[in-house]
Amino acid sequence: MKVWVFSEEHHGRPAASTLELLAKAREYGEATVFHVGPGGDAVFDELGDHGAAEVHHLDPGATLPAAPAAAALADLVGDAKAVLFGMGNLDRDVAGRLSVRMNRPVASNALDVISEDEGQAVVTEILGGTLRVVKAITADDPAIVIVRSKAFTAEPVGGSAPTVVPVAMPDVGHSGAVRVLERHEEPSEGPDLEAAEIVVSGGRGLGDAERFTIVNELAELLGGAVGATRAVVDAGWVPYSLQVGQTGKTVKPKVYLAAGISGAMQHVVGMKDSSIIIAINKDPEAPIFGIADLGVVGDVHQVLPKLIEALREREG
Amino acid sequence: MKIAVCAKQIPDPATPYELDPEHHWIVRPDDQILDDTDRYGVEIGLQLAEASEGSVTLFSMSPAGNLQGIRQALAMGADKAVIVSDPALKGSDALVTAKVLARAIQQEGFDLVIAGTESTDGSAGVLPQQLSELLEVPALTFAKAVEHDGDTIRIHRQTPDGYDEVEATLPAVLTVTAGVVEPRYPTFKGIMQAKQKPVEQLTAADLGFDATEVGAAGSAQYVRSVTPVPARQAGEIVEDDGEAYRKILEVLEQAKVV
Ligand SMILES: Cc1cc2nc3c(=O)[nH]c(=O)nc-3n(C[C@H](O)[C@H](O)[C@H](O)COP(=O)(O)OP(=O)(O)OC[C@H]3O[C@@H](n4cnc5c(N)ncnc54)[C@H](O)[C@@H]3O)c2cc1C
Ligand SMILES: Nc1ncnc2c1ncn2[C@@H]1O[C@H](COP(=O)(O)O)[C@@H](O)[C@H]1O
Repeated sequence: MKVWVFSEEHHGRPAASTLELLAKAREYGEATVFHVGPGGDAVFDELGDHGAAEVHHLDPGATLPAAPAAAALADLVGDAKAVLFGMGNLDRDVAGRLSVRMNRPVASNALDVISEDEGQAVVTEILGGTLRVVKAITADDPAIVIVRSKAFTAEPVGGSAPTVVPVAMPDVGHSGAVRVLERHEEPSEGPDLEAAEIVVSGGRGLGDAERFTIVNELAELLGGAVGATRAVVDAGWVPYSLQVGQTGKTVKPKVYLAAGISGAMQHVVGMKDSSIIIAINKDPEAPIFGIADLGVVGDVHQVLPKLIEALREREG
Repeated sequence: MKIAVCAKQIPDPATPYELDPEHHWIVRPDDQILDDTDRYGVEIGLQLAEASEGSVTLFSMSPAGNLQGIRQALAMGADKAVIVSDPALKGSDALVTAKVLARAIQQEGFDLVIAGTESTDGSAGVLPQQLSELLEVPALTFAKAVEHDGDTIRIHRQTPDGYDEVEATLPAVLTVTAGVVEPRYPTFKGIMQAKQKPVEQLTAADLGFDATEVGAAGSAQYVRSVTPVPARQAGEIVEDDGEAYRKILEVLEQAKVV
């Protein structure tokens, strides 16, 4: 049975979520990819290396392709076992539309998809990861599932170059008329947040954009990546690409240092699986202390400068 | 511009959420509040309506309760509200909710539908996209800035490392991220006026739905089991006496990252 993976590319490589989903898809069925983007041999070969035998490729050009992609997918998937999406914006746009086209529900925030006698089900966590839920899907296949980042671990399996099937952009009329006029990229520095072994994250407790930079200083010194809460991103102190949590990135570093972060449920789901969590917060009641291996009740602007100084001294 | 804004009433996130033991649905008290996420949609809706001599109608599906959540959005300045409220709707998933809201919005007529990117209590994060497909209109999603020029809406669409400038013409669906604007606080006058504003209440049958098409019966997914996740053990908590940084250093050393 085919298991489809919705695939996108990022800087000329398959998106991290695509490769994670392929790890599940090739174990769950016959991994088949629906790829949206400019494509090219490098992208397709990497998809093959991760176990995709077949790649259906839609090049949307300057259209935001949610509606045409959903229409094309609905025609292709037939009664496949499942269609797996990541948490990205286009993933959600296409999954939602596909669900209406096929009159099937979307199972969101999945950590796993399982097949049982009674049919398929997804495993998710709710209420900040405190409760594990098994949600049964009673609709006919395919199951349409949105999977959280890092639910599966990407691993190349040495597969050969896949068969690439070009997909024409279907004409969906007014629904499909969304034009991308220009793309703006904010340059990012330092190690990749999602892959870093150390993440130093700051919250509103840092005070303001200028004082937030002490987080950058510490991260740089430790060779780690900078993360942030949504409160800080919304305030414009740092770009969205640094947001950790439910609507941002999921990180699982060796060490996560949370400075001036309260530990809201939506933040915690993005970092609670870090090996070691260190938190600094001046409020002893802050929820972040409930999951920290080391909690320091104190002022970030007292603790961090001393830590930085001590680290500098060690480096000599 | 005739603007429909999706406004969800949710149990106050500051209170612990309870699940009913039989179906594992979130228990919804009488005094639900406006999902904070939707305040951004209401604000954008009001700004677009002000700029185009348009109107803002709120659409909400949930037990009506004492309507305080909807009154919050009316107090910000929305003109009226349509609430679909019916015991038969209990247990509806996102797709069913989208079908119900789509029909209510269609019945009223619209140029633009605005929603949040995901609700605070459900966080399915797909309902607006489902709405756009049901209404057969384009969707401008994940907007962190919105402009309009006549029939054209242009947004800055959040991307992993920046944003895309994207545009479409009306009718359309728009989803806004938190932080897109600073939602206004209701004025005293607004709060008083909200009490007089029309709130239309509809049932599933009013929208032509059969009881089997909606609620748990119409939803093709259900929660089969809920089990507590073993809580992460809280570790050592120390009060900073000026030396707590040493503790942090120790942990970093033990983790062999320095
Ligand atoms: C649908 C939805 C999705 C969301 N998605 C995300 C997400 O992906 N990621 C995310 O992070 N949030 C997300 N949120 C927001 C989340 O609920 C919180 O609002 C946010 O995480 C709070 O950020 P914060 O901890 O920086 O700020 P606050 O909650 O304001 O906490 C600041 C903390 O700093 C402490 N503090 C203040 N001054 C100092 C000082 N000098 N020294 C030490 N400590 C100090 C305070 O005691 C406080 O605990 C989402 C919310 C919703 C509704
Ligand atoms: N019951 C509802 N009534 C009105 N709007 C809703 C409802 N459920 C979801 N929405 C809207 O759809 C967005 C996404 O919700 P969801 O897909 O449930 O995460 C929310 O931010 C709301 O704007």
